[in-house]
Amino acid sequence: MATLTAPVEEKKKIYEQEALITGAEAIAIACKLANVDVVTAYPIRPYDTVMQYISQLVADGEMDCEFIVAEGEHSQFEIVKHASVCGARVFCGSSGVGWMYAMEALTVSPALRVPMVCMVGNRALDDPGAFGVEHNDALAVRDLGWMLTWVDSAQEALDMALIAYRVAEDRRIFVPLAISCDGAFLTHSQALVKIPALEQVKKFLPRYNRGDLLLHPDNVISVAPQANEDWVMEIRRQNYAVTEIACDVIREVYTDFEKTFGRKYGNPFFEEYMTEDADVVLLGMGTMSTPVKVAVRKLREEGKKVGFVRLRWFRPFPGPDLAKCLGRFKAVGVIDRDFSFGSPDLSGVVATEVRSAMYSSSPTRPPVIGFIGGLGGREVTVPDVETMTDIVFQAAKGKAQPLTQWIGLRG
Amino acid sequence: MGQLLAVEVVYRGVFQKTLAKNITRDIVLAAHNEGKLGISFGRYGDAPERNGIPAKSFAIVATDELTLEAGMAQYEPKQVDVTVVLDDTLCKGVESWAWYGQQPVHRALKPGHTLIVISQEDAPTLLKSIHRREQPYKLGIVKGITSFSGMWVFKDDHTDVRVLGAIAKALPELFSFKSVEQFINEKLKSAAKVASARADFDRFTTVDVKASQGNPEELFKFELPGWKDMRGGVSVKGQPQGGPYAADPATKQVGGFRPARNELFKKYSTRTERPVVNFATCTKCTLCWLNCPDASFDVTPDGTYDANLEACCGCGVCEDVCPVKDCVTMVNESEFHGNDSQYAAFKKDKDAYLKWLETTIKKAEPIEKRSNGFRYRGQYQEQIPAALEIAKKG
Repeated sequence: MATLTAPVEEKKKIYEQEALITGAEAIAIACKLANVDVVTAYPIRPYDTVMQYISQLVADGEMDCEFIVAEGEHSQFEIVKHASVCGARVFCGSSGVGWMYAMEALTVSPALRVPMVCMVGNRALDDPGAFGVEHNDALAVRDLGWMLTWVDSAQEALDMALIAYRVAEDRRIFVPLAISCDGAFLTHSQALVKIPALEQVKKFLPRYNRGDLLLHPDNVISVAPQANEDWVMEIRRQNYAVTEIACDVIREVYTDFEKTFGRKYGNPFFEEYMTEDADVVLLGMGTMSTPVKVAVRKLREEGKKVGFVRLRWFRPFPGPDLAKCLGRFKAVGVIDRDFSFGSPDLSGVVATEVRSAMYSSSPTRPPVIGFIGGLGGREVTVPDVETMTDIVFQAAKGKAQPLTQWIGLRG
Repeated sequence: MGQLLAVEVVYRGVFQKTLAKNITRDIVLAAHNEGKLGISFGRYGDAPERNGIPAKSFAIVATDELTLEAGMAQYEPKQVDVTVVLDDTLCKGVESWAWYGQQPVHRALKPGHTLIVISQEDAPTLLKSIHRREQPYKLGIVKGITSFSGMWVFKDDHTDVRVLGAIAKALPELFSFKSVEQFINEKLKSAAKVASARADFDRFTTVDVKASQGNPEELFKFELPGWKDMRGGVSVKGQPQGGPYAADPATKQVGGFRPARNELFKKYSTRTERPVVNFATCTKCTLCWLNCPDASFDVTPDGTYDANLEACCGCGVCEDVCPVKDCVTMVNESEFHGNDSQYAAFKKDKDAYLKWLETTIKKAEPIEKRSNGFRYRGQYQEQIPAALEIAKKG
């Protein structure tokens, strides 16, 4: 029996208070602690929870910031983009089609090196009009230079928001970062969260210093001119340079986070659960981790050596690290709470990325079975996980399995 | 491999776009009569075109399909067999509105090949403007006034077929005159156009230009930086505020104001006319300075306004707003060489300057006829007899 390693180790108690709050509220509190200067808002469920909490903090006099309700998501992201270029620490966010409505503003932010931090309350894209979680909204910007993370608890949401500002505002990075929170399961569900003291946060999070990229009368620059083919490749290469160094910066920040707050996340990029002696593993992002972990423990009792890998950072994608990890197992099942219609093997986005990473960085070639499940907020249930695990074990035994399978679907 | 041939047409943006496009299309279609294949395209970076800003259109022709591929999927051919210049003031240099620096008009012309200019001037006069180059080439002139043929309401003046006739003579490998004739008969269906093309085919001659000949001026060049040397965040440094006008050469007096300008974009190759200023009658009313859309006026230590000829694109607004008779006059750019300060010349020798001014502004066309484009309905029709006269003389 593998040791049940808790994903987060608490070295010592460095926190001021404990509160029963939602994931969205946790991020709102992180914004307060980070002393965010400009917040823009436009309601869409489930993101709107965070704007409600922030507006409440402002109204109660607990938080001092420019709180701007924009006339739409596009304006929302444009406003924080401009504020950030002028040196403000900013927060923003959206969900589902709201995020897509902001798309033009989202595409320009990485090239302009805007370290905006956003919450995406993951929500299915219309149509049909639906509120439940699906990851396609945040994933739509995966090729554009955004950093993308998925958290699975309110505590991690708060911690990740602090880490996000530290990473994004690092001079070597300066790109936007989105924290994805599964709609309902995280945004609307309250859990006990340890809230750090302001002094500790101040220690961890230096002031945002934009240096020579600051738009200011004392530093006269023109941002975002038109450029022809003589310039664009060089501009793209500058953004590519961020991705070359991003993993190192993230590791540094996690080390410092542990030092400051005493909470240890181990590998920043993905969490491994009961994988030490596992024959097969499942992999996924977000709150599906909880039913999967329950199922893993149940299956372990039945003697099935299965583990779980939860991907925390999707961009930068921890290709070599993850491939090295997954290469240890006899088969891998990837659970996608998203779709990528027409993709190779008709898999979801994460399965396709995992296969691509393993092709270049894994010495072994375990079968990678893609599962599409939990769409539109449908629960990923323990029996679902058992079914998937069985399929992955069959693949591990060399019995060919369809490379993509829908789980939890009515036949 | 077969033979690959390229022709570029340099023209004034917007005003001559249709004409340039027609010429390069006609070239491809005429060459096709000999079984050759070709493509025609405008330089992508020139669009959206701005009034008068130099632009280029190209025809690429090959003897077979595979050879043609070598000339495709490019913004412009790296070398051309003929360069056609549709307005002789373009001989002073070509600068696109994007950040390329300035180019001599014959930059892409292969050694020994032909530069065709539509002009009323002769070769020695044009060579005062055309820059020197190391490789010799040939210069041929198609006599004519700058044509707007095909633009909006302006009627066809045969400039397109006259150029085809000249090209048939300059580059017989591209097409014979027979093919041009066939093209005009079949596609343009005009015996008069055949006659125009033939006239220029028959009389087109060139002069050899040696390495030592031409304008010695160094054109503004721009080195593109590598990605590590570029500023991040798609940002460029803003212009500083500017400073005082240079010290008066005579009195050493410092004063006035010269705004800082974009060092990487000179603008003056857009100009077809330039303002000539009478500093003696200027009342310092500031209207030219206020209304100039490009902040081209420097405030002199005297408080008068000196048109900075590197920054001026010759729009003529200053002349329109100046309330003093003959104080600012727009004169055809081909009358000038160089961009030296008029104020400096005025301070150096007032009498000589004013005398020069008097002769120079006499060369200006009457104000109601003067513009970068056509200013009033019917102007083109009025100019047809003069244009015909020039074309007949050749």
